[in-house]
Amino acid sequence: MDIVDTLMGALRTGLGLSGAVYAVAGIGLNLHFGYTGLLNFGHAGFLLVGAYGLGVTVDQGGPFLLGVAVGIIACIILALILGIPTLRLRADYLAITTIAASEILRLVTRARTFEDYTGGVFGLNRIADAFYAANPLPDGTYGFGSLTYSHNLAWVILVTWAIAILFAVTLWLLMRSPWGRVIKAIREDEDAARSLGKNVFAYKMQSLVIGGVMGGVAGMMFAIGIQNLRADFFDPLFTFFIYAVVILGGPATIWGPIAGSILFWAIISFSAGFMGDLVDAGVLSSAIFSDQDVGAFRFVVVGLGLMALMVWRPQGLFGRREEMLLDAR
Amino acid sequence: MPADTAATTLDDVPAEPGASKHDPILVADDIRKTFGGLVAVDVEHLEVPRGVITALIGPNGAGKSTFFNLVSGFDDPDRGQWSFDGQEISSKGAHTIANMGMVRTFQLTKSLMKMSVIDNMLLAAPEQRGERFVASLLPWTWRSQEQDVEQRADELLDRFGLSRMRDDYAGTLSGGQRKLLEMARALMVNPRLIMLDEPMAGVNPALTQSLLEHVTALPDDGTTVLFVEHDMDVVMDISDWVVVMAEGRVIAEGRPNDITSNRAVIDAYLGEHHGESATARDVEETDR
Repeated sequence: MDIVDTLMGALRTGLGLSGAVYAVAGIGLNLHFGYTGLLNFGHAGFLLVGAYGLGVTVDQGGPFLLGVAVGIIACIILALILGIPTLRLRADYLAITTIAASEILRLVTRARTFEDYTGGVFGLNRIADAFYAANPLPDGTYGFGSLTYSHNLAWVILVTWAIAILFAVTLWLLMRSPWGRVIKAIREDEDAARSLGKNVFAYKMQSLVIGGVMGGVAGMMFAIGIQNLRADFFDPLFTFFIYAVVILGGPATIWGPIAGSILFWAIISFSAGFMGDLVDAGVLSSAIFSDQDVGAFRFVVVGLGLMALMVWRPQGLFGRREEMLLDAR
Repeated sequence: MPADTAATTLDDVPAEPGASKHDPILVADDIRKTFGGLVAVDVEHLEVPRGVITALIGPNGAGKSTFFNLVSGFDDPDRGQWSFDGQEISSKGAHTIANMGMVRTFQLTKSLMKMSVIDNMLLAAPEQRGERFVASLLPWTWRSQEQDVEQRADELLDRFGLSRMRDDYAGTLSGGQRKLLEMARALMVNPRLIMLDEPMAGVNPALTQSLLEHVTALPDDGTTVLFVEHDMDVVMDISDWVVVMAEGRVIAEGRPNDITSNRAVIDAYLGEHHGESATARDVEETDR
C-alpha cells in the first residue's frame, strides 16, 4: 500500500536530518522570539556563521573540534555586532538589522573575493570526515520498514537529536529560574523590568548570544549531515521555515520547536508524497499536475496548515491559550 | 520615621519654590527638557523631603510625568543634575537608579499580564543570585534565596489583600488590583524613595480608600513617597508637602494649607482672570 510508504517517508523526513536540524535551530529562535521577544529575522545568518566557522577551519586543515569552537565564537561575535547597536532601540530595529545582516553574510560568503576560503558559489565539501570517522555505529542500515537510515546518517541524526534534547533541557532550566523570569518580563514590558532594577540590555544580549550559538550549532550539524556547504542554503527562506517550526509547535514552549519541526517536515514530505501517489494512481491527471507542481504544492499545504493553526489554535501545539487571550491591552 | 514627627521638621521650611529641606532625599538642580520648541520641564531647584509624603501636582501638561521620567532615568534631559540620597545619579541608567532604592511606578499600569501575580512580585526582588546566567542553570545555588524572596512576596501580597489571586495571571486582575500589585511589586525592590505616578487614576472608589491607606503607611517603614495626583481631596488628605508645577516650572511649594491659598497656584489652574474666592479645590472640581 502506497499510503503507508508515504506516511513512513514523511516520518523519516520528520525524524531525519531536516527535522533534527530545524529543531535545534528552532530552540535558539524560540529563546529569541518566543521567550525574549527579540524579532530575529536573520537566524539563517547564525546558522551560516556556525557552519562556515567549522567548514573553513576544517577546509584549511584545522582539527574538527577547533572548527566547532571557531563556529561558536563566530556566532558570539555576530550576536554582539548585531546586538550592541540595536538592542537599546525598539524591537523592529533588530528585525531590520538581522535580516539585512544575514543576507550580507550570504552574499559575502559566496563572493569570489573569498573563494580561497569559502569556496565561493561552489562552497565547501567533505568538511566532516573526522565526524564520520568517529562514528561508533557499525556499517549497515538502521530502522525498520522504509524508515531506515544508513549508519552515517543515523550517526548525524542521533547526535543532532541529542543536541536538541540537551538544548531543550537547558532552556527548561533557564526558564524556571529567576533569569528566565526576567527574560519573560522583558518580552512583555521592557520598561516594567527596567523600573524594577533589571538591566534589560544585558539580558537581551545574553539571550541573543545563547540563541545565536544554538543556531550556529544547528548550522554545523546541517553542514556535517550533508557534507556540503553552500552559502545559498542560508537564504531568508531558511529563517522563515524556522519561524514556521517555532510557531507550529508553540512559541515560548520547551518542546514546541522539537514537535513543530517533526510535524513541519512530515507535512512537507507527506503532501509531496501523497500528491505524487495520486498522480501515479491516475486520480490526478499528470497533464494538469506535473512533478514540479507537486514540489511547489507541498508548500501550499504547509501554508494552509499554518493558517488553519492561526485560526483554531493560535498558541501552537503546546502553547497556553490563556496567555494568548491576555494579549489584548 | 512616623509621619507626624517628620512633618514637624517641615514646620520651619518656608513655603516657596526651591525651598531647602533639612534632610532631602532627592535634590534636583537646573533640569531642563525640551520637545522641539516646547519646554516640558525647567526645574531650577527642587528638594524632596525624606520620610514624608510629597505630592506633585499641576495642570495637564505641567511636566510632572516628564519630570518623573527624567529623574528615574527613563528619559534624558537637555541638561541638569540630580542626586538621590547624596549620590549623583544624573547619568545613571533606569535600572541602576531602581537598584539604588529609588523606584517608580507608571501612570498606565505596567503589570506583566502574562505572568502570575506571584511571579510579578518575585521578579522585583533585588540582587537575586539566580538572575545570573550561569547560576540560573544550577538551581541549588539560588533555591534558598528564592524561598526567602517568596516569603517576603507572600507577606506583601497579604498586606495588599492580593493573596487570593497569588497564582492567577496578572492580566485577570481589575484595574484597581493592578495598581495595588504594582505598588506591592515596587516595594519588593526595598525602595527608600517610591515615586507613584497617579496611583489613584482609574481606581474605583471602593479601592481608593484601601490604596490610600497603603500609601500613608509607607513612611512608617521608612519609605519616602513622591506622587503625582490629580484628585485634590486625596492630595490635601495624605500629603505632608505639596509641590506645584506649571508649564515645566515649580511655581509653588508648601504644606497643603499653604497651597490652597496660593495665588500662583490658582492662576496656574484657572488662568489669571477668575473669581476672587476660587481655591485650588474648587478649580479642580470645575476642571472635571
